[in-house]
Amino acid sequence: MISTAKLAAAGVVDRLYATFDSPRRQMWLMVAIVVVMALLPLVMGRYTTTIMTNALLYVVLALGLNIVVGYAGLLDLGYAAFFAVGAYSVGILTVQFDWNFWLAIPPALLAACMAGVIIGGPTLRLRSDYLAIVTLGFGEIVRFSARNLEITGRASGLSNIPEPSFFGYVIDSYVDFYYVFLLLAVMAVVASHRLYHSRLGRAWLYVRHDEDAAEAMGINRVRVKLAAYVTGSVFGAIGGIFFSVNLGAISPESFSFEQSVLILMAVILGGMGKIPGVILGAFIIILGPELLRELGELRLLLFAVIMLLIMLLRPSGIWPERRN
Amino acid sequence: MPAFETFLQSIVNGLVLGSFYALIALGYTMIFGVIKLLNFAHGDVYMIGAFVGFGVLSLISGVVGAGWFGLAIAILVSMVAVGCLGVIIQRVAYQPMLSAPRLSILITALAVSLVLQNSALSLTDGKYTAFRTDLGFGGFELGRLFISHQAIVLVAIAALLMIALEFFVSRTMYGRAMRAVSIDKDMCRLMGINVTRVVAITFLIGSGLAAAAGTMAGAYYGSIWYFMGFLIGLKAFTAAVIGGIGSITGAMLGGLILGLLESFGTQISWIGSEWKDVFTFAILILVLVFKPTGLLGKSEVERM
Repeated sequence: MISTAKLAAAGVVDRLYATFDSPRRQMWLMVAIVVVMALLPLVMGRYTTTIMTNALLYVVLALGLNIVVGYAGLLDLGYAAFFAVGAYSVGILTVQFDWNFWLAIPPALLAACMAGVIIGGPTLRLRSDYLAIVTLGFGEIVRFSARNLEITGRASGLSNIPEPSFFGYVIDSYVDFYYVFLLLAVMAVVASHRLYHSRLGRAWLYVRHDEDAAEAMGINRVRVKLAAYVTGSVFGAIGGIFFSVNLGAISPESFSFEQSVLILMAVILGGMGKIPGVILGAFIIILGPELLRELGELRLLLFAVIMLLIMLLRPSGIWPERRN
Repeated sequence: MPAFETFLQSIVNGLVLGSFYALIALGYTMIFGVIKLLNFAHGDVYMIGAFVGFGVLSLISGVVGAGWFGLAIAILVSMVAVGCLGVIIQRVAYQPMLSAPRLSILITALAVSLVLQNSALSLTDGKYTAFRTDLGFGGFELGRLFISHQAIVLVAIAALLMIALEFFVSRTMYGRAMRAVSIDKDMCRLMGINVTRVVAITFLIGSGLAAAAGTMAGAYYGSIWYFMGFLIGLKAFTAAVIGGIGSITGAMLGGLILGLLESFGTQISWIGSEWKDVFTFAILILVLVFKPTGLLGKSEVERM
């Protein structure tokens, strides 16, 4: 029964995607989407705008994880740790040391790069499953540390993170932050696209397909894998930096394993390695449970069941990369 | 000598904790052995086992009481019911995914975990459920050291289950088939082994053991809730990895080692109970970095 449904679904869906597979059409589609999204706050209420802001944050995070998982084929179950490093770096510098927000960004990015190297370095030799579990352990270590250290405000976290101002204009309303995240998401899409078609992007592809052959072709796999971790962690940290000033407060529970799982699900549901797919996945992950909100307690259950069905019907994700 | 007694008490606590870890780790290791899947839903299967055991005990406590006899029945029923649930999960969610990309089946396992967790959440409103038994608080006293009857019986049941499993795997026909399937599935199929059935039995036993651990943990700690499977699932996985994933003896050894390490870890003042979980994961990472195959695992050439 499932296989018939699977074939029918795949037929219709594939034809639909084939229409949008040409790069030029995709570009115009993207431009159209961005224009529509830029106009949305004019008609959306506060509630919807806030949710859309969250979805855009997830686009940034999912595109970052996509570099690690989708491009380089390294399974990371602790991605929320990088998100946390960005958020806490800015939180600590602005709250505990009274730094200016913009000045705090470079050290936060540096911290994220270091975190990428710390987790990437010792784990590069590991098999995929072990890699998954080590990254998971690393994510938990970061969260437990945030919960137990004095400087991170222990379990209650950091609050009163000051709003950033931009040449005198204070970014504080929910509409302001919607546009900030829209800008970040567009930048993340452009960066992902450029990376994918760069020399490094091709190296990631080779390493994902066959590590040994890539090595034989003269690709330094240690450097290439580390580059994937570091790039991914920078995306995550940027998401975290703006997340912390948007909410004005952060606590360890925002960076749980569940968070890492949700971001990973966005990547895989949408279609690993495929930028439009990952964006779609991020929106499904955030908007799905919201659309089901009327169901109350059961909504997450139903959402999980739907996700299971999507995986069973389209194991490579909703909008997968074409095989070549 | 209080220091010595603390030391002994740590061993006792570590053994109890380690038995739970070992029972769950066995399921992880067996399932990984036959279909190379990290079954992320395994911790939640343990949680469901605790709830089924609780349900059975509440139903029968009017007739046979909530003492040892009632608890034994609850454990058995829970093992069978949750074992079957494990087989259903495998058939519905994992079987169709076996030829899909490896990451997809991992995500499916995470989705199953969410389904189980949220089912329990909506049935219990996310509250802690008190798991009451009439086992009393008796035990042995050796000097200032106290060992409860529960601790002894639970460790004994766990040891019994593990010995039974070891016997099953090393002596019976299905155990032999299981070991063969974990080495080369295609070759087994050619040799006329019903691989599907072997995988189903693996899920039956693995989930059953987790259910036994869940029910026993409920009786031991006195309360259960929908999220209890998450952290212990991770720890059990850690235990399986320390022992060498895929190795059954390794899982038992890893469980006990992790239980003891954690129990001692909380006694060391600069670690303390707050840093207990960081300690566990730090051990995991160190083991993997220096000995990626675990203590008893075999090295394996793998290609993604």
